[in-house]
Amino acid sequence: MSITKDQVIHVSKLARLKFSDDELEKFSHQLDSIIKYVDKLNELNTDGVEPTAHIVPISNVFREDVVVPSMDREKILMNAKEKEDGCFKVPKIIE
Amino acid sequence: MELHELKIHELNDLLKKKEVSAVDVTKAYLKRINEVEPKVDALICKTEDFALKKAEEADKMIKDGNINDLTGIPVIIKDNMCTENIRTTCASKMLEDFVPPYNATVVENLNSLGAVMVGKANLDEFAMGSSTENSAFKTTKNPWDLERVPGGSSGGSAASVAADECAFSLGSDTGGSIRQPASLCGVVGMKPTYGLVSRYGLVAFASSLDQIGPITKDVTDCAIVLNAIAGHDPKDSTSVDKMRKKDYKEFLKEDIKGMKIGYAKEFFRQGLDEGVKRSIEASLKIFEELGAEIREVSLKYIDYALAAYYIVSSAEASSNLARYDGIRYGYAAEKYEDLIDMYMVSRSEGFGKEVKRRIMLGTYALSSGYYDAYYNKALKVRTLIKQDYEKAFQNVDVIVGPTSPTVAFKIGERVEDPLAMYLADVYTVPVNIAGLPGLSMPCGLSDGLPVGLQIVGKHFDEGTILNAAYAFEKALSFTAKPSFKGGAR
Amino acid sequence: MNYEAVIGLEVHAELLTKTKIFCNCTTEFGGEPNTHVCPVCLGLPGTLPVLNKKVVEYAVKAGLALNCEISKFSKMDRKNYFYPDLPKAYQISQYDLPLCKNGYVEIETSDGVKKKIGLTRIHIEEDAGKLMHENVDGSLVDYNRTGVPLIEIVSEPDMRTPEEAYLYLTKLKSVLEYSEVSDCKMQEGSLRVDTNVSVRPVGSKEFGTKIELKNLNSFKAVQKALEYEIKRQIKLLENGETIVQETRRWNEQKGITEAMRSKEEAHDYRYFPDPDLVPIIVSDEWKEEIRKSLPEMPEHKKERFVAQYGIPEYDASVITASKPLADFFEKCVLEYSSAKTVSNWIMGEMMRLLKETGKEVEEVLIKPHQMASLLNLIDNGTITGSIAKTVFEEMFATGKNPEEIVDEKGLKQLSNEDELRKIALKVIEDNPKSVEDYKNGKDKAIGFLVGQIMKATKGKANPQLANKILLEELSK
Repeated sequence: MSITKDQVIHVSKLARLKFSDDELEKFSHQLDSIIKYVDKLNELNTDGVEPTAHIVPISNVFREDVVVPSMDREKILMNAKEKEDGCFKVPKIIE
Repeated sequence: MELHELKIHELNDLLKKKEVSAVDVTKAYLKRINEVEPKVDALICKTEDFALKKAEEADKMIKDGNINDLTGIPVIIKDNMCTENIRTTCASKMLEDFVPPYNATVVENLNSLGAVMVGKANLDEFAMGSSTENSAFKTTKNPWDLERVPGGSSGGSAASVAADECAFSLGSDTGGSIRQPASLCGVVGMKPTYGLVSRYGLVAFASSLDQIGPITKDVTDCAIVLNAIAGHDPKDSTSVDKMRKKDYKEFLKEDIKGMKIGYAKEFFRQGLDEGVKRSIEASLKIFEELGAEIREVSLKYIDYALAAYYIVSSAEASSNLARYDGIRYGYAAEKYEDLIDMYMVSRSEGFGKEVKRRIMLGTYALSSGYYDAYYNKALKVRTLIKQDYEKAFQNVDVIVGPTSPTVAFKIGERVEDPLAMYLADVYTVPVNIAGLPGLSMPCGLSDGLPVGLQIVGKHFDEGTILNAAYAFEKALSFTAKPSFKGGAR
Repeated sequence: MNYEAVIGLEVHAELLTKTKIFCNCTTEFGGEPNTHVCPVCLGLPGTLPVLNKKVVEYAVKAGLALNCEISKFSKMDRKNYFYPDLPKAYQISQYDLPLCKNGYVEIETSDGVKKKIGLTRIHIEEDAGKLMHENVDGSLVDYNRTGVPLIEIVSEPDMRTPEEAYLYLTKLKSVLEYSEVSDCKMQEGSLRVDTNVSVRPVGSKEFGTKIELKNLNSFKAVQKALEYEIKRQIKLLENGETIVQETRRWNEQKGITEAMRSKEEAHDYRYFPDPDLVPIIVSDEWKEEIRKSLPEMPEHKKERFVAQYGIPEYDASVITASKPLADFFEKCVLEYSSAKTVSNWIMGEMMRLLKETGKEVEEVLIKPHQMASLLNLIDNGTITGSIAKTVFEEMFATGKNPEEIVDEKGLKQLSNEDELRKIALKVIEDNPKSVEDYKNGKDKAIGFLVGQIMKATKGKANPQLANKILLEELSK
């Protein structure tokens, strides 16, 4: 498979990334060669092979339902650039 | 011998005998950092005040008779592990000002033992890379040759140990990021079994592959640090609690008679440097002389590991790195049109090229219509590779081979060719894909640069790896030290 | 041409766990913004989720109560999209292996027809934060709700009328309340409804173009919005226009649905298994243990009420339709022995006031012991039955004790013979026509005269006594 510039633009929107035309050109080229490389996976017949999402087969890891005090709001907000009235602030959203 | 040249267990002896104090040790290392850091650029920040405070606390512990293996020992932590109230940048403009309000579990572990963090190490941005050239802040140099890369992504961690800026460091390994730089810098680095060490507080790159591990000056120190960081953490659902906590120092035995050591013929083909090949073959001889039984094993799907790795790791990364939008923390754009544009501008300006490349690849691999062809396919190939190893481990105790196909390469040599860079991880990636433990240790020099030997073991069988590594270390006695040559800045 | 509607519902219900789904922060509603937040639910770099066991248990409980199959093996997935209320830019949810599937809810329409509405699936997921748009120069984000556990209950497109949708929701709410997994308070957002509706010619097997409706703040709103939307779609089709797939918003004031601003791009959620969370395996033993913890369901409770308390089947079904109401009934019966009387009051006054005020049963201020006191006041002759209704209204409005209301307003029954005789004489004097009628053998006239005494005493007169005195005076 190869990736077209249009696809790269579509993917960049999904990923919330923005590229200049020059970058886009270069990126499309590099991505295309990486995708051609990873395409070698499709040489392999994997019919009937189960996908491995977790390499160590563990299950049912749970936490008990016990309240622990939350973090001080000051600390929660300390890394935010825009804040107001104890909230994080973002550009006005029109719903 | 200078204090900074000592290993953890040697410093521990001096501290126990009260011949030196933790503050003395810390000061010696801080001085050493000031001397060599201008050449090596291994650190993103030096934590001098914090270190002196911790050293004083360590001295108090020692005075109270509470000394353990790591009390008062200077450590450098890769800057993708969260340290409370100390900037954690991931070598990214995105997190340049990020101050975590909490500690990673491994950091907590080290703190409670009285280890002294003297600085935070440089890395490839978000641990994506094999040369530490992808750092947004600086390029770390290889202490053996300052014109060469230290490897990556834990290049700062490995270089800082090689340059004696600390007694040991912590790195993280997603596709070789501990072992490959350890190999290129001539130090010992281990990626433990997936699930042995808590990932809580490690800024995620690829969650199903990431694992924290030690980078040390010898195998004994590796066991000591592993003791400190291994173990179940209720904050990490993937950390395994069935493993009874072991004392890894008990595996440090010179006797490996009868140990079955495998080598995969697939690791000795084209692309492998002649000098590296020679060192590895010589290493196999040493194992044989030590009484081990050398067996050939086959890992027939190994050629697909790198492709599967890039799909899985990039897909997970695209999701893990989606949270960086400048709202709650991190780089925020100043000029934008609306909400969506704010996301786009913040992320495009905050992330470096390699990170963006991987986010793009990962987003593509997960996107509608491609999931089965890429992501799910890669997970199936993962199964095949895992089975490959399971089969091989029916006949051998460990598998040895080269850590990296080459010795340290020149700075700038591969930056424009992502694929060539990715090939640096060809021998380390399969180990992450299969979740196995792997260790890299120096096994010789090629053109005056260290060659790394990789020893891979069964799941949770770090003990056997340490046994083999310890015996090999004793037999080889690799004593070369970096020269800091070249590299006028 | 005749058209029929095809309706499917997606219901999100917050689970009643003490803590969030992946961290130990409280799930308590309200609280100052961003005070129920920790590094995990804020999605700080490096943090990891650990699943709350109760969330699985509650979801399985809901699944069992809704006749679902419980998956032996299920897993958590990431649903990726960017929005400021979603701190990790992915929601941890379940994609292809939900915890529960293939259930149903049985409803009974007003014409007595029983119908099973299929449930496709129930899965667990985390809630998002809250955005506030009051500010002029920006929106504010509060992450208190982030990570509160939800179950999403997806129905089959089995409903054909807005009434069926309404009945389905009512029944679903009742079952969730009964199983004690959610408090289902729509006003606090702990129950949220989205609906999909399309129309097609009757007899057609194909589905029409689906419209998603949002901003449905009550079950009545769901019904009204569907009614409007179905008419709108039929009109479009009759005019030969095509229906575009879109999301529309219910405007309660105007009583219409409006197209929402179209999204910039189609969603591609890029679901994949969350590598930070391990699979969930529900063994048969665990499932049975959870089943045993299930409280009594409405049908059983109804049967038991009929058998145990001897109340009519109809009353029992009305009372048990709502768990809080059934609980109220049983608590009253514990303190007051005549179940039938309690049931009559609930069926009569209580239901009337609930309907008039639009209140939910949970909001009713009357305590069961106060209800019992009220009934005792009637029995011991302190107040009359008609006064009791006034007292009940006051109790409903203020939550005060009945004795207090009776005292304050001087509503005690008038049983003083002398006083009553005076009033009776006045009534006889004022109503010569009725007295005449009575004497001419029209017995009914006595009832009118008693009524006049009641009127004069504002309902406080002891009716038996009033009757007796009247008869005495009239026979003089």
